[in-house]
Amino acid sequence: MIKFFLMVNKQGQTRLSRYYEHIEINKRTILEADVIKTCLSRSKEQCSFIEYKDFKLIYRQYAALFIVVGINETENEMAVYEFIHNFVEVLDMYFSRVSELDVSFSILCAYLHSTMQRVPVTKWAGKYYLSYPES
Amino acid sequence: MSDIVEKTLTALPGLFLQHQAAGGSGVPRVSVSSRLGSLIRSITALTSKHEEEKLIQQELASLKATVAAPNTTLRLMKECMVRLIYCEMLGYESSFGYIHAIKLAQQGNLLEKRVGYLAVSLFLHENHELLLLLVNTVVKDLQSTNLVEVCMALTIVSQIFPREMIPAVLPLIEDKLQHSKEIIRRKAVQALYKFHLIAPNQVQHIHVKFRKALCDRDVGVMAASLHIYLRMIKENPSAYKDLTGSFVTILKQVVGGKLPVDFNYHSVPAPWLQIQLLRILGLLGKDDPRTSELTYDVLDESLRRAELSHNITYAILFECVHTIYTIYPKPELLEKAARCIGKFVLSPKINLKYLGLKALTYVIQQDPNLALQHQMTIIECLDHPDPIIKRETLELLYRITNAQNVSVIVQKMLEYLQQSKEEYIIISLVGKIAELAEKYAPGNEWFIQTMNAVFSVGGDVMHPDIPNNFLRLLAEGFDDENEDKQLRLYAVQSYLSLLEIENALYPQRFLQVMSWVLGEYSYLLDKGTPEIIITKLYRLLINKSTTSETKAWIMAAVTKLTSQTHSSKTVEKLIQEFSVSLDTCMRQHAFELKHLQENVELMKSLLPVDKSCEDLVVDASLSFLDGFVAEGLDQGAAPYKPHHQRQEEKLSQGKVLNFEPYGLSFSSTMSSSGCTGRQSPAGISLSSDVSGNSAETGQKETNSLKLEGVKKLWGKEGYLPKKENKAGSSPELQPIAQDSTLVENVDQMIMKKDQSQALHHSEEEAEKQRLASTLFVGLGSESAVSLLGKTDTVSHKFRRKSKINDTKNREVTSTHNINCSSFSPLSNAPYEDNDHLNSFQDKEDIGLKKCSLGSEFLESGLKSESLTELHLVENFSACSLSPPSLFEDNSMEIFHPPHPTLSSFANEISLTSSLLEELNEHVHSDLVELCNNEMLKVSSCKIWKDDCLLLVWLIVNKSSLELKNMNLEITSTENFKILEHPGFCFPVIEAESTKSIQHHVQMEKLFTEEDLSGCVKYKVEEDPYIQLEFSITLSLLDFIRPMKICTEDFGKLWLSFANDVKQNIKISDSQANLPFALKTLQQKLRLHIVDIIGNEGILACHLLPSVPCLLHLRAHEGMAALWFRSSCSTLPDYLLYQCQKVMEES
Repeated sequence: MIKFFLMVNKQGQTRLSRYYEHIEINKRTILEADVIKTCLSRSKEQCSFIEYKDFKLIYRQYAALFIVVGINETENEMAVYEFIHNFVEVLDMYFSRVSELDVSFSILCAYLHSTMQRVPVTKWAGKYYLSYPES
Repeated sequence: MSDIVEKTLTALPGLFLQHQAAGGSGVPRVSVSSRLGSLIRSITALTSKHEEEKLIQQELASLKATVAAPNTTLRLMKECMVRLIYCEMLGYESSFGYIHAIKLAQQGNLLEKRVGYLAVSLFLHENHELLLLLVNTVVKDLQSTNLVEVCMALTIVSQIFPREMIPAVLPLIEDKLQHSKEIIRRKAVQALYKFHLIAPNQVQHIHVKFRKALCDRDVGVMAASLHIYLRMIKENPSAYKDLTGSFVTILKQVVGGKLPVDFNYHSVPAPWLQIQLLRILGLLGKDDPRTSELTYDVLDESLRRAELSHNITYAILFECVHTIYTIYPKPELLEKAARCIGKFVLSPKINLKYLGLKALTYVIQQDPNLALQHQMTIIECLDHPDPIIKRETLELLYRITNAQNVSVIVQKMLEYLQQSKEEYIIISLVGKIAELAEKYAPGNEWFIQTMNAVFSVGGDVMHPDIPNNFLRLLAEGFDDENEDKQLRLYAVQSYLSLLEIENALYPQRFLQVMSWVLGEYSYLLDKGTPEIIITKLYRLLINKSTTSETKAWIMAAVTKLTSQTHSSKTVEKLIQEFSVSLDTCMRQHAFELKHLQENVELMKSLLPVDKSCEDLVVDASLSFLDGFVAEGLDQGAAPYKPHHQRQEEKLSQGKVLNFEPYGLSFSSTMSSSGCTGRQSPAGISLSSDVSGNSAETGQKETNSLKLEGVKKLWGKEGYLPKKENKAGSSPELQPIAQDSTLVENVDQMIMKKDQSQALHHSEEEAEKQRLASTLFVGLGSESAVSLLGKTDTVSHKFRRKSKINDTKNREVTSTHNINCSSFSPLSNAPYEDNDHLNSFQDKEDIGLKKCSLGSEFLESGLKSESLTELHLVENFSACSLSPPSLFEDNSMEIFHPPHPTLSSFANEISLTSSLLEELNEHVHSDLVELCNNEMLKVSSCKIWKDDCLLLVWLIVNKSSLELKNMNLEITSTENFKILEHPGFCFPVIEAESTKSIQHHVQMEKLFTEEDLSGCVKYKVEEDPYIQLEFSITLSLLDFIRPMKICTEDFGKLWLSFANDVKQNIKISDSQANLPFALKTLQQKLRLHIVDIIGNEGILACHLLPSVPCLLHLRAHEGMAALWFRSSCSTLPDYLLYQCQKVMEES
C-alpha cells in the first residue's frame, strides 16, 4: 500500500502532497521536512529505496524536484519506482514539457490530486489512465 | 471508453486553464494572474519560515472573511478552496473552510462541484464528523443523469466515505455495476473496493457481482476488480481456488500482448497489472500442488517474456521469483528463478542489487545453497558504502545464522549498530542480536559480552523484553548446574570490571541488569567481596544521572548484599544519607534496610541466597488478619462495607433523619494493633481494603480459611529460607578485559579456517574468502535442517528449564491440601438435608410434567427469567414451605414453547419459534415491543444461551406496502460488545411479513443496568427515510450464568481467587432457613448451588464469557454472611449489590 505521495524541491518546499492515511497537519510538515532531509543526504550512486521508520521511502529526483512515495512492506519497490516515472511522463505529456513551476503555479496541481486515487499503484495499468485524468 | 465521456473528462482541465487565463494576462500556460499565483509567488520570494507563517496567517484571515461572507459567489468560493488547499499543503490548518468545501460540492456547477469534492477529499479524514453532511450530495449525484456527476460521486466514495453510511449508497452503487459505460463500472468497482476495505461484511452479498466485474469486457473494470480479489484471497485463499484458471488466462493474455497498446509502459504490456496477477497466483498456489500445477506454464512464460532490460521488467521478474518460491516448488522454475536472482545480485545497478538481496532473503530459507553460490557478492555487499545495502545484507545473514557462524554475523551486526543513529534500526537490530545470542551462543563469555554490547548500544530504546529475558535466563538456568554457575560468575565478573572504569556512562537499563545480577549472584565470588560491591553500587546510587527507577533496583541489590555481610560502613552511610532523602521511595527503602539490619536473622530468612526462581505464595485475601479483624469486631468496631454500599447508605441517610443512637466508638486497641498490621507484607497491603471479616467472630474456627501451611513471605524480593551461602565453592576469579574477547573469538575462528584456505589469492581476496568461510560455515544441503531451524528449539543453546511448571504443580497440590483441611469442618457437619432434597426432587419431576401440560400454567408461564436448572432448588425449597402452592406461585417461571393461540403476540411468537429453533432449546424472555408506528413494529426478545446473550429483533411490516432499504443499527457503547456487525440491512420487506435479526451481545464493562439503543430506518416507495428509535434495558443478570462445578473444584477455585468481598445482611424471618435464601439466589441471580452443608451453602456462577465468581453463604440468627470471591476485582461488589437487592425484595 502507498501511504503518501510527495513532491518536494531541494529547498524543502512542498509542491504536491497526497496522504492516503490520515496524518495530522502539523505532523505532516515534520514528516515532509525529515523525508526530504533523508533524500538529500543520499548520493546518486546510492539506492533509491530507504528504510524509514517502519516503512519505506522510494524516491526519484528530477532536476531540483524530488518525488517521494512512502510504502509499506507489501509493495514491490521497483514497481513503485517506475510508477513515479510513469507519473512524471504523464505530467510531461500533459504540460508538454513539465517543470516544477507548472505543478506549483497551476491549479492543476490540485487537479492532479484526483488522478491519484486511493487505489494502489498497480491500478495504473499504463499511460492510458494517467493521460486521461479522471474526474 | 465512450467517446463522449472521454471528451468531457479531457475537456475539464482545459476549462480550468481557460477560466484562469480569462482572469488576466501573463504566461499563457500558467495562470499567474490568479490570486493563487500571487500567493505562491510571494511565498517563493520569502526567505524565512517566520515570514511565510505571517503571510499565510494573513491569507487565511482574509480567506476566512471571504468564505463567511454571504455574498461570496460560488465561483469565488471555488477560487478560495484552491488557496485553502494550498495553505493546508504547506501545513497550516484551515478548518474553517471545511464546511464550505462540502457546500461547494453540493451546490456548484460541474467545475465547482469538482473542486468542492477534491477539497473535501483532501481536508477531511475517514472519521471526520462533517463527512456525514456529504452523504446526501453523493446520493443525489449518484442518481444524476449527468455521467460526469456520477463519476465524481463515485470517485469521492472510493476516496473517503463514512463507514456507517454505506447502506445509504450501497444499492445505488451496486446498480452502477451494470452501467453501460465502462468508466462508471470501473469506478463503481473501486467504490466497492473501498467499502470492502472499511466494512467487509457489508459487501459480502455482492461477491457474485465481483466475479462479473472480473470477466468484464473492459480491461479497466477487470483490473479494478483484481484489487478486491487480492484482498479477499489474502484473507481466505481456499474460497477462490476455482478462479485460478481465470487469473491464469488473464495473465496469459496480458503477457501475450493481447491488451490495447495504451496499456503498454515502455513497450511492456500492463506491468502493474501483471504484478497484481502474479501476487494473486502466489497466494492461491501456496502449499497447494494442484493449483500450483495450473500456474507453472504462465510463470514460465512471464519469466521468458521479461527479457527486456528495463526497470519495469525487473519489477515483474522480482514478483515472478517471489511467486515461484511461494507456490509448490517445481525444480525447473526454481532453477530459472535462481538464475534470475543471480542476475539481480550481480548487477552493477544498485537498485537491482537491493532487489536481489531482498529476493535472496526470502528464498534463502528454502534454498540455502543459493547463499553459497553468491557468498562472495554477499561479502562485498557487507562492506558496501550504502548503508541500506548493508542493512539488507544483515537481514539476509540473520536468516542463515547457525551455531557455527553466529559470532561472525553478530559481530557484523554490532559493527553496523555502532555507525547507525536511527532509532528504529537500533531497536530492530538489537532485538535480532539478542535473539541470535540466546539461540546460538557458542560460550558463556561470548554470550555475556554480546549481551553487554546489546545493552550498551540498545540502551533505553530497546524492547524491555530483552533485559527481562536475559535476567530470566540467568536466573532459571539450564540443565547443567555447573554451567549455570559459570555463566553467572562470568556475568558478575564482567559487570564488576565494567563498573571499574572511571566516568563510564551506561544506559539505565544496563545498570538495572547489572545491579540485579550483582545483588543476586555476587556470592559466587570470594568471600569478603560484598563490601566492595556495595561500595560500587553506592557510587552509582549517588551519581546524578541515575534515574529513580534504577536507584530502586540498586537499593534492592544493596539490601540483598547487606544480608550477606556482617556490618558495612557504606551501608551505614547510605542509610544515613537516604533516610533524609527527598525521594519518598528511597527514604522508605532506607528505613526498611535500617530495620532489617537490626534483625539479622529476619533479614537472612527474608533474603536468602539464590532463590530468585522460587515461587511465592501470597495470601492476597489477608486471611492472617482475620484474628485481628475479629478482635476489632469484638471490641465493637463496625464491619467493613464496600464502597458502593457506603455511598448508598449515605444517600439514604440524606433523606431520613437518623433516630438510632450511634454505635460504640472504636476501642483504643484498634489503633495500636494497626501497627502490627503494618508489619505485614508492605507490597500487598493494598488489598486490605477488601478484607474485613465482618461479624463472623463466633464462628471463625469453623469456616474461615486457615492458611497455616502457607508461608507468609515478603513481596517481590521475598524468599523462602532454605540454602546457605555457597560462595566458598565458587571458582577462581579471572579478570578479563571486556570487549577484547569478542574480537579474539572471531580472530580465532578466522585463523582456524584460514589454514585450509587456498594460498594463491591476493591478500584482499583471501580476507574475503576467510570471512565467507566463517559466514557460510554449516550451510549447504547437508545442514539444510539447521537453517530452517529458526523454529527448532533443539538448536537452542540456552534452553530454558520448565521449572515454572514444576513449581506450579506443587503449588496446586499444596493448595488442594489446604482446601481440604479448611473445608473439613463443613464436610463433618450433619448432612440431614440431603434426604429431603432427594425426595423433593422426585416429587418435583412429576410436578414439572404436570405443569407443562396444565394450560392455566401457560398463561403465567411465559414470564421469562427461568433457567431449567432453577427448578430443582426452587421446588425443593418451595416444598419445604408449602408444596401445594407451588404452581400458583407466579414467580415459578418455566419456559415452554409458546402456544400459538396464546395472545396478540401469537403471530410473532410462532414465527420466532419457527425461525429460531434454538429458541426452543434455550431459555428466553418474552417478546417486548420496542417501538411501533402505523407501518412497522419492532420487538425483541432476549435468549439466555449458555455461552452468550442473544438478542433477537423482530421487524414486522404491518402495512400492505413494501418497505425498502430497511436498516437496523445498534448504537455502540463502551459497555457492550456486539459480536456481529451492529448494523443490518434488508433491501426489501414485503407487505405484512416479518424479518428477524440476531445479535450476540457481550458485556465489555461491568454495570448494573444499561440501555442498549438503536434505530431502524426504512423507506416506503420513494419517500424519504423514516426513522424509529428504540432501546432495551440489559442488566448484569443477563450476563450471569450458573457455573456447574463440584465442591472440590470450588475449593480449588476459592483459593486461587484474590478478590473477595464479605458482607453481612439481615434476612427476614421467612428467609431464615437457608434453602429459601438459596432458592431466591438461584432463581433470581442464576447462581449454581454447589453444595449445602448445615447452615452453609456454596454457590458458583460466571459472568459471560468466562469470569467466575464464587459465593459462600452462611445463615445465622437472622443474618446471612455473604462472602464472594472472584478473579475479577469488581464483580463481587456488583453481585453483592444484586444479592442484597434480591434478599430485600423477597
